[in-house]
Parts: sequence; structure tokens; C-alpha cells
Amino acid sequence: MKDPVDVLIIGAGASGAAVAWSLAETKMHVLCLEQGGWMNPAEYPSTGRDWEAKFYGEWSSSPNVRGRPEDYPINDDNSPIKVVNYNAVGGSTVMYTAHWPRLHPSDFKVKTLDGVADDWPIDYDALTPFFEENDRMMGTSGLSGDPLSPLTHPPMPQQPMGLSGAIIGKAMNKLGWHWWPSDTTVATMDYEGRARCINLGHCTPACAQGAKSSTDITYWPHAIRAGVELRTHCRVREITTDENGMASGVVYYDKDGVEQFQPAHVVIIACNGVGTPRLLLNSASGRFPNGLANSSGLVGKNLMFHPYAQIYGFVKEPTDSNRAPPTCLWSKEFYDTDLSRGFVRGYGIQFGRGAGPVFEAVASEQKGILPWGADHHRVFRKLNGHRLAVSAICEDLPEEHNRVTLDPVLKDSHGIPAPKVDYTISENSRKMMEHGLARGREILETAGATDICINNPIPWGGWHLLGTARMGTDPERSVVNEWGRSHDVKNLFIVDGSIFVTSGGVNPTSTIQALALYIADQMKQRLANLFD
Amino acid sequence: MSADNQLTRRQRDDLRTIAAMIIPASDEYKVPGADDPAIQADMLATLGRDTRLVAAALDHLARLAGVPLAELDTKRRDAVAQEFRNSGGVAAATLVRVVLQCYYRDDRVLGSLGIELRAPFPRGHVLPDGDWTLLDPVKARGGSLRRAP
Repeated sequence: MKDPVDVLIIGAGASGAAVAWSLAETKMHVLCLEQGGWMNPAEYPSTGRDWEAKFYGEWSSSPNVRGRPEDYPINDDNSPIKVVNYNAVGGSTVMYTAHWPRLHPSDFKVKTLDGVADDWPIDYDALTPFFEENDRMMGTSGLSGDPLSPLTHPPMPQQPMGLSGAIIGKAMNKLGWHWWPSDTTVATMDYEGRARCINLGHCTPACAQGAKSSTDITYWPHAIRAGVELRTHCRVREITTDENGMASGVVYYDKDGVEQFQPAHVVIIACNGVGTPRLLLNSASGRFPNGLANSSGLVGKNLMFHPYAQIYGFVKEPTDSNRAPPTCLWSKEFYDTDLSRGFVRGYGIQFGRGAGPVFEAVASEQKGILPWGADHHRVFRKLNGHRLAVSAICEDLPEEHNRVTLDPVLKDSHGIPAPKVDYTISENSRKMMEHGLARGREILETAGATDICINNPIPWGGWHLLGTARMGTDPERSVVNEWGRSHDVKNLFIVDGSIFVTSGGVNPTSTIQALALYIADQMKQRLANLFD
Repeated sequence: MSADNQLTRRQRDDLRTIAAMIIPASDEYKVPGADDPAIQADMLATLGRDTRLVAAALDHLARLAGVPLAELDTKRRDAVAQEFRNSGGVAAATLVRVVLQCYYRDDRVLGSLGIELRAPFPRGHVLPDGDWTLLDPVKARGGSLRRAP
């Protein structure tokens, strides 16, 4: 039998890396089990001529399409938004756009402000020092002083505006609407061993330059140097409990597929809003027949995605297309509640710089604006290199019927039951999306765009997996308490996006990591009575 | 077994014919069609995980056409292609995507579009920094975050 570790972290992605690094200073034996392996940047798509084609196969954002041994299948047939993720050291930070907004202070008080959902048990101020610490660790770029966003202090200057940014900025100025260069985790100068961005342009499926921050190249080298042990290709099947109802360790399959038991004094789950409820539900036992940490019945419920409503068009001027990071600007013009719009809460806007030739051809053919036959070449030359995109990232309110359960049939390569997602877009979200599309059309038409198309929702847009093990002070209405500890199992913690109470209208990774650092800090402060 | 061997001769013939219908050669733009031998060879060599769906699409196409697609007159061939697009589902979409992704990485095609013939890494691209005075109206307008109690 293996020696017990002090802390066992499951998942080496955004939150697992942050919590591991933070706990390293305690000198406890911290072990992280990750189902994927280390990435090899020499194999990233942008190193090859077929860089675009790989996005439709081995580098698809969908685990169901990729089908790597490290991936687990997800039954999302009953959802208009499909789950996307990545499984490796670094998790989905290997494969994200590096767009880096924070939740707003008002996002933590939606019940008080707007009478919907629930307030968070913590507020923005509690996270502020951890946002700052995380920005330094991940290495952010941006322009401080956005009047409609929380104050940030990016250590690097913002990305270039580029051709696309200038077109969008001029259009937004004509409309009198807010816009600002996005905070990103793309290094715009050499930073902490990372080389500056050279505009490879294909950032989402991993950055060969290492300019895009992913936790395999930010937190993990520091955490390992500080003594954290990271075991790769180890897939956890279940968390075990002892006769006192405390977590006793995990059962996992090692890189050779051999079942192992790893005892631990503390278990921290960092598996995202789909993987975490899957693991808790797979950890059902006689004492916990409905799944571990699930006395509230809320494990897996209240799944929030952020429905994306995207509208795009084509301008006469050239855009940046694939020659720059995909997003460059944001707008918070419609972020806050205005009931005259017909819905509560709001959305952020992301602006897309454009696309490469293969993506353009495939997407435009599917939309019916790129014809077959003799006229193909003329139309393609009008479209290619001229795309601008506007995406409304809509706040998704928690609803219990949106949920993750265990699929009765589907299993991963180790025979572990796979997650099943049931999700519908709410009426409030629908109205918000329609509003976003209408405003997006105004922006595009002001910019002179034609051939306007929509994706409503972006079907492969389930990046943000939130809410399925929510935090709160009431054990009957939440899964973990206000510092991430399970109400039911006193040595079990959750640090990923599943603990979000509400989703805000922005990309969540910055807030997920700030939460993970906050929980690690709470654990360190309470070490003497952590299980009380 | 190579991907080449996973499509039958009839399927390869129909793939070549439908590819030319999607993207014919153009004297005006000085580009080959998607039925060009080198582009066809690229498709067959790199079908990989798409082989099953592409084969299914070609089988569907064969059922619609009844005979090798190339043997139909133009009017009938266009009608079959239209029906294929309407009824082919994911398989047809995969076939079209394979044609497009191989066509738009061919050196002659990329050259005609003015795209450099190289991988993005390691040279990357140069991006204009832009005129940040465009932000002045936003700064002047100001604003404030919604207060949280």
C-alpha cells in the first residue's frame, strides 16, 4: 500500500495548478494526479503546414471528436451547446483563447441586485488579492483603466490593435459604445521565461511559442520546484471514504492501466464543472448512496455554460484574419441589468479578428455564402481575410434542470461511467442572445460589413463549465462552504468552476484561479482546525 | 492498410468528380481545381479518421447518382449534387470539409491568395500596433462599475 500524502489534488488544469502551487509553501506532501500527460510544443498545430486541418481532428476542442486516450467521452446529445475541454497538464488552459476578464463585483450579488439566482457567500473584495497574484503568475497583458471593468494591473502592455481592432474601434466610437483592449494571458513581452507573442495566430489549440499562458508553463514549473509531486496519465475512478465519513484517498488507474489506491489526508477536486460532478457521482457508496458530498442533491445540477451568440460579417478592408491572437477587444456596454431590454442581467462582447483560409472556406460553405462551382474563387477572395466577428457571452443563470449525471451506458477507456449533460437555454438567455445579435449587427453594419451570418448559439461553445457543485453557507442549498470545503466531507475541497454560484457574463478562468488561490489561502490559515 | 486503399476505385472516381464540382479549376485565377491529382492524392493520403464518414458520403452519392457521377450529363449531375448537399448530413459535410481543407493548403492555391507557404511557427506575423487615440472617446465618456452592496 502506498504511503498516504497530506494533500491529493485531482486535475492539473487551471485550478489544480494554482492550488498546488499555493499549498507548496506549507511543505506538506502535495500530490496531483492528472489523467493526461505533459504537452510537447514541438507538436502543436502551428508548427506545421496543416495547422488548420488539425483543428477538425486530433486538435478539436471537443473531447468526443479528439478521442485521445487522455479524453473521456461526454454524452451531450441533449444539449444545444457541446462541451469542449482539454485533458493534459495545463488542462483547458492549453486550449483556450487566453481572453482574461474578471467577474465584476456586482456578479457576486445578483439576488440582492436583481432578485434572481443567489448571492455568492463571498464578495469580489475577498478575491482581489488573489486576482492580482494570479495575474502575476499567469502573466497578463492589457491596458489598465477600463472604466467599465474591474481595475486590473497587467504586468505587460496590451496586444496590438491590429487591422481588425481599428475597424471595430471606429465602429464602436460611431455608435458611442464602450470598448477596450482585452486583458489577455498572451505575453506581449518576454516574461518569466516565456517568449513574447509573435502572432502565430492560431492560439486556441495551444501556443508553440509559449507566449500564451497555460498552467503547464506557468504554475507547474514553480510548484514542482517547490516540491509538489505530479503523476501524469493517472485517471481517478472514485474518492473513497472511511468509517467516519472522511475522504480516505482515491482509486485510480496508472499509466499502465493498473488500478491503484492512494491514501490521502485531504482531497482537493479540480476537474471542472463536468468532471467534478462525474467524479462525485461515481464515488457513491453505502454511506453516500447519491454520490459523495451530495446531501443537498445539488451535485451535477445548475450547470451553466455561457451561451454564446455570434454574428459575423465581411468588410472591404483586410482584417488580421489568422495573423494575430483571435480576440483583441471587449465591450461591457450591455453588461449590467437594464430591464427595458426585456431580460435580467447582461452580457459581455468579444470581438474576433478573423480566420484562416481553411476555416473560412469550411464555415462559409456551411453557411451557404461560399458557392460551389465557377463562382467559388471570386467569392472566396471576397471573404477570405475580411471577416470580423462579434460574440455576446451571455450570463447563464443557474437552473437545476440543467445538469450533469452519469450516462447509464457510455464509459471511458477504463470502464468508468461517462458524464451525461442535459441542458436547455433559458428564455432569459434567449432574449439576451437576440439582443446581443441585434447589437452585433449594428456594430458590423456600422463597420461596413456585408454577408452577415449568425451562430446562435455557437454549438461548440461549451468552454465554461460552471455551477455543478455550488458554494454557499446553507448545506441544503450548496455543496461546498464559503471556502470550498464540502459540507458533508470535512477533508474534501473543490476548487474549480463547479463551485460558481452564478456565471457572470465573462470568461471565467481568471475568477476560477483566483478562487482556487483564495481557497488554498483559507486552508493555510485554518490548518490547525481544518476539519472542525 | 493505407487510407488510399480504404476507398474503392468507384469512390475515388466520384470523390474526384464531386471535388471538381465544388472547386473547379480557374484560368482567371490561375488555380487548379480540387480534382487536381496532387490535391486528390493529399486527400487520400490524409483521410485518416475521416475515412468512414467520407466513404459513407460517397456511398450516399453513388445511390443518388445510380451510375458513376462523371457519366451523368451536367444538368443531372448538378441535381444529384444539390440533393447530396440537402440530404447528406454530417457525412456530406465531412466530405466537403476534407475537399476544402486539402485544397486550401495547396501551394499553388495559397500562392494565388498571396499567403506565404510556411507554417505560422517560428516566424509568426507582424501586427500593426494601431492608433490608440481611438480610445480617447471611451476614456472621455468614462463610466463606473455597478455598485455591489
